[in-house]
Amino acid sequence: MSALSRRRVLFGGAAVGAGALLTACTSNDPGTDAQVKTNASGDANAAAGQKVVIGFTAPAADHGWIAAITNNAKAQAAQYSDVELKSVEAGADAAAQRAAISTLIAQKPTVIVMLPWDGKELNSAGLEAMKAGIPVVNLDRAFPSAAAYRLQIKGDNYGMGLAAGQYIGEQLKAKGVSNPIIGEIPGIDSLELTQERTQGFNAALAVYGFKVANRRPAEFTADSGQAAATALLQALPKMDALWNHDDDQGIGVLAAIKQANRSEFFMVGGAGSKSAIDAISKDDSVLKATVTYSPSMASSAISLARLIGQGKGMSDLVELQVPKEITLASETITKDNAAKYAKLGF
Amino acid sequence: MIAETAPASQKKWRLDDNAVRNLGLVGVLVVLVIIGIVTKPELYSDPTWVRNNVLTILQQASAIGVVTVGMTFVIIGGGIDLSVGAIIALAGVWATTLATQSHGAIGMIFTALVVGIAVGLVNGVLISYGRLVPFIATLAMLVSARGLAAQISGKQTQVSANDTINSIATTKLLGVPLLVWILAVVVAAGWVLLNRTTFGRRTVAVGGNPEAARLAGINVKRHTVLLYALSGLCCGIAAIMLTSQATSAQAAMANLYELDAIAAAIIGGTLLSGGRGTIIGALFGVLVFSTITNLFAINNLSTEVQNMVKGGIIVAAVLIQQFRYRSLTQLLKR
Repeated sequence: MSALSRRRVLFGGAAVGAGALLTACTSNDPGTDAQVKTNASGDANAAAGQKVVIGFTAPAADHGWIAAITNNAKAQAAQYSDVELKSVEAGADAAAQRAAISTLIAQKPTVIVMLPWDGKELNSAGLEAMKAGIPVVNLDRAFPSAAAYRLQIKGDNYGMGLAAGQYIGEQLKAKGVSNPIIGEIPGIDSLELTQERTQGFNAALAVYGFKVANRRPAEFTADSGQAAATALLQALPKMDALWNHDDDQGIGVLAAIKQANRSEFFMVGGAGSKSAIDAISKDDSVLKATVTYSPSMASSAISLARLIGQGKGMSDLVELQVPKEITLASETITKDNAAKYAKLGF
Repeated sequence: MIAETAPASQKKWRLDDNAVRNLGLVGVLVVLVIIGIVTKPELYSDPTWVRNNVLTILQQASAIGVVTVGMTFVIIGGGIDLSVGAIIALAGVWATTLATQSHGAIGMIFTALVVGIAVGLVNGVLISYGRLVPFIATLAMLVSARGLAAQISGKQTQVSANDTINSIATTKLLGVPLLVWILAVVVAAGWVLLNRTTFGRRTVAVGGNPEAARLAGINVKRHTVLLYALSGLCCGIAAIMLTSQATSAQAAMANLYELDAIAAAIIGGTLLSGGRGTIIGALFGVLVFSTITNLFAINNLSTEVQNMVKGGIIVAAVLIQQFRYRSLTQLLKR
């Protein structure tokens, strides 16, 4: 009996100790630097105007890019004294987001900014808001119906693939490689955005007469990137170039390359994360470039939603209202311009 | 169950049955390798590449293999653990917060293991003492553990800056990756635990017939808690292995590992209703999946087809299992 109680005391003590250490280990300081536009004086649009209530909803995804979207929207809204942001978590799927948007509409915000789970599935939610007289800013995932949004601001997935393909084509041409072996690691393959990126990539490579030798999809996570890259490297004992669609999964891709001790090729990333831009400017790995798909579009969306709410146009344009569609250009970040893009990394 | 009631001669026949199933899986592996040799002779003609390829397959099987060992115990014990992927994510994320990383590699490993065991204990207590169905309890844990992981990480990918942790994936002992050694140790320990200890005997008894086990004096509830804690511990180990491989952790990591682990255990001959299963069979199950992934990669075939083939293999394995089982019972009736 005494032995048993001693054991219990021992285990109990260990459990309490472990709990104490774990509690000490939870705190985390992500150090979020959001991508915001701090407006200099002199711009008439910057001056505080009529109060605008912006309703915001984005999927509660666990991916760095989506997290940056939400952070940026909040940070940009905080820059304006005349903007109040009502943020609603979109929940786990399109149906949950539709419900969230209904709640948002009932609160009668001036403008709604939404990153839909899926443009097609949430088209009706956009229409509902527009019908209720609330202008909708569609972020990144387009609605099929033009009546469902006032403004659409999105990245260019096809253009991203095009930019990556052009960079790889030019580099290989300059090196004089005639029959290059090119690998590709896309993100979740069933998504339309992944297919558009791949189409753009293939189209650009076709101009140089190149094609992809092997393609192993990952899932936008570092561990899936590591697994996909390991399989790809094993399949291609010699490679000339590699395009990885997403810098977040790229952490795992780079780890796999290091673990396999490979360095005979160069790699291009996608999205433009802070760690990727750092690696490019340090130039100490196979990662030589990345093509942007920047979550800064969320900051721009908030700025434009404010202008729409106040009935103002973009000050550099002649038109008195904000345009209907804006597609961001996918830019190629290399060692030469990495310093300029450092603050846009997420 | 049959094993306990069958006469000695048939019991011996049963043992052979396990061996036959394992041989069948080895046969599948051989077929996969032959397909590889036929489709990619230029790769297989290079001995260095072949050696590398074997090690790569083993290395990619290592983390999921460790999870499968824990899963096999839970399933033999009559349960199911749907939360393994989520536990890995939570343990990985918790081990890579800036605060944990400040405690060094030991702190990170300790955190991952303790988080794994703790979550497993919660699962076990909910199932044993809260009388929740394992499917529901671990499904709830799947959702909430990933939720907590997302909360802790702020939905960001947490990069491991610890060189010791990151070097686990690059270290080799006697030419074999450390990750593969870890898998070997876990499999060996699992085999001994299942086949050579009272804990293993009790697991089979609890899974086969909990009421009979209780009447035989086994503390079924406590044993069930221990089984889920064991599964949690395996997840903690796998979390460190995966974190080291990806040099980072995030809430979405180890996606759908529960399905891979259950599938590997099932095609390895573990009975989903409990009471029967082998660690070696589960290991072969993992290796079959890992080899298929490798085969599809070297032939640049799409992952969609790969998933369909995986599904087909699971169905085929269970069908064969049922067929064998049915013919065995018919044999006994005669």
